[in-house]
Order: sequence, then C-alpha cells, then structure tokens
Amino acid sequence: MTQTIAEAQKEIVEEFAFFDDWEQRFEHLIDLGKSHLDIPDEYKTEAYRVRGCQSTVWLHPELKDGRVVFQATSDAMIVRGLIALLLKVYSGRTPEEIASTPPKFVDELGLNEHLTQGRANGLASMIEQIKLYAVAFGQLEKSHFGNGKEQGT
Amino acid sequence: MPIAHDPRIDGKPATEPARGPFDVERVRADFPTLRETVHGDKPLAYLDNAATSLKPQCVIDTLNDFYTHDNSNVHRGVHTLSQRATFAFERARGKVKNLLNAESEKEIVFTRGATEALNLVAQSYGGTFLKPGDEILVSEMEHHANIVSWQLIQERTGAVLRVVPMDDTGELRMDEFHRLLGERTKIVSIVHISNALGTVNPIGEIVAAAHAAGAIAVVDGAQSVPHARIDVRAMDADFFVFSGHKVLGPTGIGVLYGKRELLESMPPWQGGGDMIDRVAFDGTTFNVIPHKFEAGTPHIAGAIGLGAAIDYLTRTGFDGIEEHEAKLLAYATERLLEVEGARIFGTAGKKAGVLSFNVGDLHPHDLGSIMDMEGVATRVGHHCAQPAMRHFGISATCRASLAFYNDEGDIDRFIAALNKAVRMLK
Ligand SMILES: Cc1ncc(COP(=O)(O)O)c(C=O)c1O
Repeated sequence: MTQTIAEAQKEIVEEFAFFDDWEQRFEHLIDLGKSHLDIPDEYKTEAYRVRGCQSTVWLHPELKDGRVVFQATSDAMIVRGLIALLLKVYSGRTPEEIASTPPKFVDELGLNEHLTQGRANGLASMIEQIKLYAVAFGQLEKSHFGNGKEQGT
Repeated sequence: MPIAHDPRIDGKPATEPARGPFDVERVRADFPTLRETVHGDKPLAYLDNAATSLKPQCVIDTLNDFYTHDNSNVHRGVHTLSQRATFAFERARGKVKNLLNAESEKEIVFTRGATEALNLVAQSYGGTFLKPGDEILVSEMEHHANIVSWQLIQERTGAVLRVVPMDDTGELRMDEFHRLLGERTKIVSIVHISNALGTVNPIGEIVAAAHAAGAIAVVDGAQSVPHARIDVRAMDADFFVFSGHKVLGPTGIGVLYGKRELLESMPPWQGGGDMIDRVAFDGTTFNVIPHKFEAGTPHIAGAIGLGAAIDYLTRTGFDGIEEHEAKLLAYATERLLEVEGARIFGTAGKKAGVLSFNVGDLHPHDLGSIMDMEGVATRVGHHCAQPAMRHFGISATCRASLAFYNDEGDIDRFIAALNKAVRMLK
C-alpha cells in the first residue's frame, strides 16, 4: 500500500462527493460491503467481537513489520461497507499513525450523521477498538526494542 | 389529608366518557410528533410504538403546567403548592385505579416503569416467600425484565425458574404450561402481550390455573395497557405491571398493581423518605400501602402526566382503538406478506399490533437503516427477548409496531421503504 493515511481519507471523501443523493451513497456503501473480503472463521470468535455494536462485528489485529494489519467484517451489509472504508484508512499503518489520525473522513461522507456517528451500528466502538489495538501494539514495540522508559505512562 | 379541589389542576372527572366515534384523522392531530420530518423533508412514519408511544399535546401541556404552576414536593408540605401537587399526584393514582379497575388506590404503587415493578415483586414478594426448591414459572417469550429479575431472586432464595415453551406460531404451549404448573410452583409470571411477537396470551386461563395450583400470578402488561381495556379484577391477577411511556405518558413512571392483602404482607424494598411511619435507631415503622413502596420523592410530574394520558385514552375510547388497530394489523400483515422473501415471526391466532419480520437473509439492521432514511421508524434487534429469538434460530428481527394513531398511509410508506431497502440490498 503506497497511499498515505491522509491520501486514503481524501480519496474516500472524493469518491463519495461524486454521488448526488443518499441513495447512491448507501448503494455505494452496500457495494463496498458486498465486495469486502470475508475473514477466516477462526477470527469470528468472542475474543475478536467488538462490543457495543447492534450487528455483530469481528476485528482481528496483527502486527507485521511495524504495521498493524486489521481484518474485520460484520453480518450487516452497511456496517461491512463502513468497515471496508475504515480498513482502507487504518489497516497497514504504524501504531503512531493510527493513534494520531482522527477519522475525519467519516463526517464528510454525506451519509446520515446518525449512521456514521451513532453508537447504534458500532462505528464509534470499532474506531475505539482500532485505536486501542494500535496503542497496545505501540507499547509492545517500545518495550520490545528496549525503549522501556516510557512504559506505564 | 383531604385537599380542596383546585380546578386549575386538571379539573376533569377522574375518568371521562369516550368523545364519540373513533376518528384517526382527529386523533393524529393531537400528536405533534407526527408532524415531524426527518432526513430533510421525509414525513415521519412512526412504527416503533412497542418501544415507546408518542405523546398527545395534552400530556405535554400537563407536564408544562405542573412545572410552571404547581411545582412542589408531595405529602410533606402545608403550603398551597405542595397541596396542589399532592392533590394532582394522588388524583393520578385514582385514574390508574380506574383504568385497571382495581378496587382501591392503595393497590396502585408508582414505580419507574414495568421493569422496576417486576423487580419490586421479585425482591420483596419473592425474597420473602420463596424457599429453596420453590418454582417460578415464566415463558419463552418474556421480555428480559421478566426473566432477569427472577434470576436474581433465584440465586438469593434457592428457588428454581421454569420456562413454558411456545410453538412456532409464537403461541404458548398451554399443554406444557399445565404440565409444568405443580405443587412447587409459587409464582407464575407471564407476559400479557408479547412485545417481540405480538402474541396475546390467554391470561384468564393462566391466572385461574396458577391459583388452582396454589401459586400467585404476575402479569406483565407493558404491551397490553396501550391496546386494550384492562380489568385486573376480572383477570384476577395478583400483580399487574406496566410502563407509563408506552401508554402516551412520560418516561420514568410506571405502575405496580398488587392485591391489597399481598402488598400489605410484603416488606418495603427500598428505604427512605415517604415510606416511613416513625424512624428511630431502635427500630423504624413503615408507612401504609402504597406509600410503603414509594421511598423518596416520586416522579410527581410523571404520575400527573400519566393521569392526563389515561384521560386521553379513555376519552378516545378503547373500543374504537381496538377496532382500528385490528384493521390496521390485518392490512399491514397482508401488505408485508406481498414483499418477496418476507417472513413474519409471531403468527398467533390472537395477536396485537406487532409485526416482527425478516426478509430473506438480509440483515434487519440494514433494512432498518435504509427505512429510516425514508422516514420510517422501526426497531431492529432482539427486542429484549433473546430466548424468543433463539426459538426461531435468529438473533434479530425488524419490528414494526402499531398504535391507534397510525393509519394506512403509514403502512403504505413502510412497505414502500421496505421494498426500496430490499432492492438496494439485493
Ligand atoms: C413486555 C414488556 N415487558 C417489560 C418491558 C419493560 O418496560 P420498561 O423498559 O419501560 O421498564 C417492556 C418494554 O419494552 C415490554 O415490552
């Protein structure tokens, strides 16, 4: 992935700005959901379930070469579309990038604000969980590479 | 203390006669929220009535009037406002008594809602009288409030929770009910109308059988009070609970009806002001019922608002309400079944205005989100009835629930929005 995290956000916003009404935006989101790759069944367990979502959401993190790679999905299609967007922005980034980047693009999609900010579909919980994993991996890395002074802050 | 009647506080008779034939147009004009638009210019089709009802203008005005003119605490002041507040609060209790056809106001305890009322019965009655090995009988279609409150007391007393199953139409298996009901059964606690499926349970038969077996009967009326005339004496329920907010009243107020001798035999549940007779460190004596169960400052405005809601309901007339809702349910069911792949959960012979459904393998959350964009308010999820969902092997449904202020236009918009959602998701 050569795109920066900022470029990824910008591209999503431009992509959605192209549509005239909510229906087209929702349809696009649903299409993204449909083409979003499923995750292995072994990740669909209680341990990887994101709490606070009305639909079921699983989020699996993995640290690869200093970058956090997320795999995630949901049983609801619209939420799955939102997950595709979130992963495009946050997956494959360094822990610092993830922790320091607010999900600004979400507000600029022109979707129903209750859908995108609401706790109902768990978007807020997913973002929180993504950031928590990033912070945890960040600390793990620091302690791993002997930079232990900052531990416990 | 008798308090002079102040006509400024809602000077209407405690229960009013119906004001003529039911007219949905006239009724709709009384609910300001029905004029809301959402997502720009979409008129609201409110079909989430089982979660909470809308409020007629007269209830909103009553709350406003109370806080504007009569705001005061109850049962503890000699001054005018306190007397007005007490008068209106106790008068509301009388209206609840009339609504349920209870014998006395003393049998009406104000609570926060149906949930608190069920917990009160479980903790105070169950906590006192249940012994290890005693059985509590609930059903597979209960709301979590009527499951978890008993599970909590089960742990404390050693009593055992037994569950009456339902069949695939969502009707209680009455054969199983009679089989499970036995010598050990001390409490039967059953929902009158299921919020998740709409089933109307044969509550008279259930209560009579419970009594014949020597058990008491608790009826969860959260979904029945909004839709039908209730008579706790004809039903012979020992306890009957409901929530104000589902019957046009404010949130935060609810009712526990209990037969007088039962309430008198029970210890208080919470301690505080209002519920005491005399307090001393060598022993405190308690107030009489219902005050014994109303510790602390109650939701005064809420109770008065509920009184106004009851007036409105009785003025509208339950005969008209029931007839209108039955017609609307038949129409909505017919229209919903025209949607390809739609499956309705809850097809009992006797049903109230609840349509719980899924379409093919589409996720109810997706359906609900798209219908919302079209101004149609439904509920998606397990409806606090996970065991009922599990019976059908599902985890959630989409639910459209009706009230007497809904009309065929609401149903048409619901079906159009549903068809659109299905088209977009397919
Ligand atoms: C059948 C039933 N029982 C109990 C309750 C709980 O009511 P409340 O949340 O107002 O206490 C509800 C509300 O959804 C209900 O539908």
